Amino acid sequence: METLIQQILNGLVIGSVYALIALGYTMVYGILGLINFAHGDVLMVGALTALQTMLFLMGFAPGMSPVVMLTIALAVAIPVCMMIGFTMERLAYRRLRNAPRLAPLITAIGMSFLLQTVAMIIWGRNYHTFPQLISTTPMQPIEGVFVTPVQLTIIGVSALIMIGLMLLVNKTRIGRAMRATAENHRVASLMGVDTNAVIAFTFVIGAALAAVAGVMFASNYGIAHYGMGFMPGLKAFTAAVLGGIGNLGGAMLGGITLGLVESLGAGYIEHLTFGFLNSSYQDIFAFIILGLVLIFKPTGLLGERVSDRA
Amino acid sequence: MNELVAAVPWLGKRNPMAARWLLIILAIAAPFIAMQFGRSWVRILDFALLYMMLALGLNLVVGFAGLLDLGYIAFYAVGAYTFAFLASPHFGIHLPFWMVLPLGAAFAAVAGIMLGFPVLRLRGDYLAIVTLGFGEIIRIFMLNLNYPVNITNGPQGINMIDPIVLFGWDLSRNLQVTEEISIHSLYLYYYLFLACVIGSIIFIQRLQISRVGRAWAAMRDDELAAKAIGINTRNMKLLAFSLGATFGGVAGCLFGAFQGFVSPESFSLMESIAVLTMVVFGGMGNIAGAIVGAFVLALLPEILRDVAIPLQQTLFGKVILDPEVLRMLLLSLAMILMMLLRPAGLIPARARYAHPENLHRGGAAK
Amino acid sequence: MISLLEARNIGKRFGGLQALTDVSLTINKGEVYGLIGPNGAGKTTFFNVLTGAYVPDGGEFVFNGSELPSGKPHKIVGRGIARTFQNIRLFKELTALENVMAGHHIRTKAGIWGILTQNRFTREEERLTTERAYEMLRYVGIERFAETVSKNLSYGDQRRLEIARALATEPQLLALDEPAAGMNATETGQLKTLIEQIRHDGVTVMLIEHDVKLVMGLCDRVAVLDFGRKIAEDVPAEVQRNEAVINAYLGGGKHAH
Repeated sequence: METLIQQILNGLVIGSVYALIALGYTMVYGILGLINFAHGDVLMVGALTALQTMLFLMGFAPGMSPVVMLTIALAVAIPVCMMIGFTMERLAYRRLRNAPRLAPLITAIGMSFLLQTVAMIIWGRNYHTFPQLISTTPMQPIEGVFVTPVQLTIIGVSALIMIGLMLLVNKTRIGRAMRATAENHRVASLMGVDTNAVIAFTFVIGAALAAVAGVMFASNYGIAHYGMGFMPGLKAFTAAVLGGIGNLGGAMLGGITLGLVESLGAGYIEHLTFGFLNSSYQDIFAFIILGLVLIFKPTGLLGERVSDRA
Repeated sequence: MNELVAAVPWLGKRNPMAARWLLIILAIAAPFIAMQFGRSWVRILDFALLYMMLALGLNLVVGFAGLLDLGYIAFYAVGAYTFAFLASPHFGIHLPFWMVLPLGAAFAAVAGIMLGFPVLRLRGDYLAIVTLGFGEIIRIFMLNLNYPVNITNGPQGINMIDPIVLFGWDLSRNLQVTEEISIHSLYLYYYLFLACVIGSIIFIQRLQISRVGRAWAAMRDDELAAKAIGINTRNMKLLAFSLGATFGGVAGCLFGAFQGFVSPESFSLMESIAVLTMVVFGGMGNIAGAIVGAFVLALLPEILRDVAIPLQQTLFGKVILDPEVLRMLLLSLAMILMMLLRPAGLIPARARYAHPENLHRGGAAK
Repeated sequence: MISLLEARNIGKRFGGLQALTDVSLTINKGEVYGLIGPNGAGKTTFFNVLTGAYVPDGGEFVFNGSELPSGKPHKIVGRGIARTFQNIRLFKELTALENVMAGHHIRTKAGIWGILTQNRFTREEERLTTERAYEMLRYVGIERFAETVSKNLSYGDQRRLEIARALATEPQLLALDEPAAGMNATETGQLKTLIEQIRHDGVTVMLIEHDVKLVMGLCDRVAVLDFGRKIAEDVPAEVQRNEAVINAYLGGGKHAH
């Protein structure tokens, strides 16, 4: 029983990170029909930029309070990622909007590897210790179940951001423009929506979310390196498809569900396969889920039809 | 071959015959030229030929049939591990090369069909992500199947794989022609691989100009219309996946035997992407493109390694961009810039799916 | 008269929209059969159900005396029904010749092994396919463009090529979805001659068309669809006088002229 609660808790933590990343995928997909393969790597840039900032601050003002330090780190990482998102869209994806269908995707794959390479040049190939500014001392709310303040913070901040995003998309002018553009570019632009600006804005917001997710991810595991964005990026994509791609609520639901499945699966896989497979197979759950969803329920849990979109 | 001839700069258009001979002579003389720069360059050429086989196989899936496969390297892995299982001390089995090769090809083909079935209904970008996932699953299994039963030997991989022995002739030993003259093993492998590449080109060209090649191209251009003229798109997709995989499997067998060891590291996503870049760089859907793309992108990183490292040493006094970084930078930029500036690839030849001139020669029509 | 195709109570629903309701009709061997009706009446849906692009919710097709498999386009083409599309759908990177050769796919048998070894059977079949494709191109009058990439053909020639590609499947019934759309008077006249030739050579033709003059001049019999139901089926002259038909066109805000 304790294991079960513990795994559910872990699943919620990682699931909310997936959800934040999945939002970025789903917004861009909803508007452009493009899988922005490089989205996960924006997360990595966010984490490493935050790390760099913290290291600088630690040398510069060693006594600074952790919360202030983390806030400053985020304040640096978010704009950096926003700029990357903006640049990618402006320089590459925008030119490819009318290209043959495989071209934008191949470009996005190239972008992903370009970001990783540049990060490798700047930060090297090694794993870096990510300062865990929020306490990681486990608390025991229930006998045998451990939770750390950093985990609670992740869940809380994710929830806040998601609420904020929902408000932005559903209640504001720019949100309405985003929804109109997602519905139909041409009509939206006839109605006076500056679709180029809206698309750029979508990339920028997605990148900002990825930056936050990157800092959370790195804080949770205490580690950052150039390849850290790949797996969470892929899993978040799975989460977006699971929830129904193009659908914001779906991305959140998908993220949490995937986090839970993965965590519970990793906890019990050894039992289930009589010790043949162990938790090092954790990563395959996402792929199996992705395959199953696309085959049996391509609309995802709450989404539009996807298998016909090229 | 004609596409390749036409791609020879300057000469190709003016004198195809001369261009053809030039290519043949270059292909035969290449290892001797490479040897002038050191033995390691012959080895690099050998690897370039393996990449050509991979690019040809992937081009069949991506270029002809229009199915973006990001997990192609998994089939290479299946071939390489098949060879490692069946011809090494790991399980103590030492089957001969000519038996293992068809098995490796067959396993890869089966893996191709296994991948094909679930993704039949997916298109474009979804297909890409699912195939990527498939490649990763294979890699995760290679990494972890050393427990509880040791099958793959985990991250260490499998060593001491048997060399290729053809008719009692061991390719890993230098061939002693006379007392003084001997042909180095790297040359022997080069010519074996060259023969395989040429064989692949012939097979793929035959496929291209056939009812199957036309069906693939039709499906790629318009799936609905392809169905409407009676093409069984399900079977054609499975065929593309399994045939593409077969080439990967054969290349994998050769790789395992040539290198002497295999480990999961050789089959990372980066390698899938590298092969895809070769196809994209050369020009999707044409054989010459795959050949040239593989050749250029297999050699260029090595040339950079030789040039850029000393250059950095003299300029900055230290190495800032190591060879692996340079390779990734090159591949990712090649992919992005090609798509933005020259989406048809370096050699934008239109692939042909019919041979009308044969008919005119016979005087049967017109 | 021998019936070639018999549609029995075909129904098709998309979500809340009943696109086809109990449509029954019979097409006889050797005739040109017109399917007309206002926009959105369900004509193209009928084609899509017939050719297996959609699975019908109810009803069945009997072709040459036995039932057609539903939702399996390649089998239906194999049985002898070919179609063209309202918005031309060619294989745009292929030449005209290659398009037609692709159309011959279902009538050829070469297997992988034969292709890889280029055995005598495969070579002979490939030669025949090429020959047949040239014949087809000549038949529709665009042989001189055999080696032009199809996306570079003129609009009218693309329409002809699509018909040639459909004929290459060796159909008994050729279903043309608005073949005259976007054509000028001369081109329409040539099209009419071509369709008459096709019928003359033993292929039954089913035709969706908006150009009423063409339909009336060409078709032996005409069925009219309105809101997914068949409201009339008769010889053209009678259909033109049919009360329900006139109402459907006028009521739908479209004039038949």
